[in-house]
Amino acid sequence: MNARTFQIAVKIILFAAVSLTVAILLYIIIFILYHGLPVLTLEFLSSPIRGMGKEGGIFPTIVSTLYIAIFAVIVATPMGVGTAIFLTEYTQEGRLTRVIRFGTDCLAGIPSIIFGLFGFIFFVITLRLGWSILSGALTLACMMLPTIIRTSEEAIRSVPRGYRDVTYALGGTKLQSIRHIVLPKALPGILTGVILSMGRAVSETAALIFTAGMSVQTPTSVLSSGRSMAVHFYTLAREGISAPNAYGTAAVLIITILALNTVSYVLMHRYLKRYQ
Amino acid sequence: MKYKKEYLVESSIRIIAFSTIAILAVITLFIFSQGMPFFFGHTISGMVLGLVWTPKEGVFGIFPMIVGSILITIGALAVGVPLGIACAIYLAEFTHKRVRAVLKPTIELLAGIPSVVYGFIGIVVLAPFVRIYLGGSGLSILTASVVLGIMILPTVISVSVDALLAVPHSYKEGSIALGATEWQTIYRVLLPAAKSGILAGVILGLGRAIGETMAVIMISGNAVKLPGSPLDSVRTLTSHIALEMGYAMGDHRSALFASAIILFLFILTLNVIAMSIMKRRIK
Repeated sequence: MNARTFQIAVKIILFAAVSLTVAILLYIIIFILYHGLPVLTLEFLSSPIRGMGKEGGIFPTIVSTLYIAIFAVIVATPMGVGTAIFLTEYTQEGRLTRVIRFGTDCLAGIPSIIFGLFGFIFFVITLRLGWSILSGALTLACMMLPTIIRTSEEAIRSVPRGYRDVTYALGGTKLQSIRHIVLPKALPGILTGVILSMGRAVSETAALIFTAGMSVQTPTSVLSSGRSMAVHFYTLAREGISAPNAYGTAAVLIITILALNTVSYVLMHRYLKRYQ
Repeated sequence: MKYKKEYLVESSIRIIAFSTIAILAVITLFIFSQGMPFFFGHTISGMVLGLVWTPKEGVFGIFPMIVGSILITIGALAVGVPLGIACAIYLAEFTHKRVRAVLKPTIELLAGIPSVVYGFIGIVVLAPFVRIYLGGSGLSILTASVVLGIMILPTVISVSVDALLAVPHSYKEGSIALGATEWQTIYRVLLPAAKSGILAGVILGLGRAIGETMAVIMISGNAVKLPGSPLDSVRTLTSHIALEMGYAMGDHRSALFASAIILFLFILTLNVIAMSIMKRRIK
């Protein structure tokens, strides 16, 4: 076989690999939506869980998920963006930034079950927050911090140097340049990271089971326990409680993730276009 | 006044910047403080090499779980790495920039799908398939490997594509100018040049495979024994912790935290290796 025909053969194999990967993705999405969409009614979304999930809807899990995701983001965003601002604006590359980056990378690599154990022993037991929305959200905040730091840092770095120089030339201070120029310009990029982290909070299970608990009631405060959608889905699927309800919950999960990813992609795309 | 505010913000940002280090330290501290007491009463080797896990009788051997984690991870790499690198080469070298701009985020969507959904697909689609055509219960090393292999794809692909795209354009031009075909260029020039980046992607994928919990609980069967074939059920370290933590007390609980320490050290080592490889690449 000469080199040209060989290349054509390789190209076909590589194309097949990409097609297979995309096909798997589409298969998962379509499979879940095909079985789940018929279950999805307004009633399913708005009724309480009955019979441990055998009947009824998933309203409490939607509320818990929203609470946990939003609360986690509220805690993690200032810390993440603050760290990113420090890394980009207040310091030069050196030992300090290396240490902080090392910490961030390590945190990103820790498996969610370890976060779950930590959250259980630290927030639930040591800080006596109990199995609650708050414990779950704080655990997730620790987990999502690396993502927010990384995306915010990238976003802040891509704001051209000259923008800052103009502020200084006009007599502005560092804080003014950050607040009025850099952060507004980097906002879409930062939001991308925040939205992706919310996606992670929505899909997380292992870290929430031991921190937010499994209560089927709608949470009334940040200190009440509540199971998130993913945790509820896990119980339904693993214990074989109700196949239709499991598919319905999975469909809601998949749709939420698709929506969050699309929004973040569109934001990022617009943002990148601006500086290219 | 203006400068006071300036100073206040700067110092609070300085403090915030250490939050990741602080969190990492607190996590390490708490996991170790819960797990270390276990090693005062039991030996590390007795735990790591012990074959029997009967918490009620105070026998805590996690060797089968370590073997389970390693086997499933190797299986996941066998599925995910060839497929991932093939996708990465195609995306980086054989597609137009605009097609790549659509395909790459699409494939990265795989990373967004919740692991419980992967586990569920494993139960309802893959496990019956394995049970009918290959035998066994279907909840096996093989099933878990395939599902985890798919789950690590986005990590492997993303990092490898970036590594391939980071190879200086002149390398490629030089090779093409010498009369090599595109594939010869990729195989002999680009892949060796991007080797360390791709390796880093593989190690990050490996870390993800070892750390995955929920999907593995759902599809690997969770039996505490050494497997004899790829169709046997196993339990991984992660699922072991998640399965028993809910009701563990006393020694049993600290044994689980001790398992977590072993998992933690394992993952930390992997990350440090991946980071040093990546750093070498940047230089």
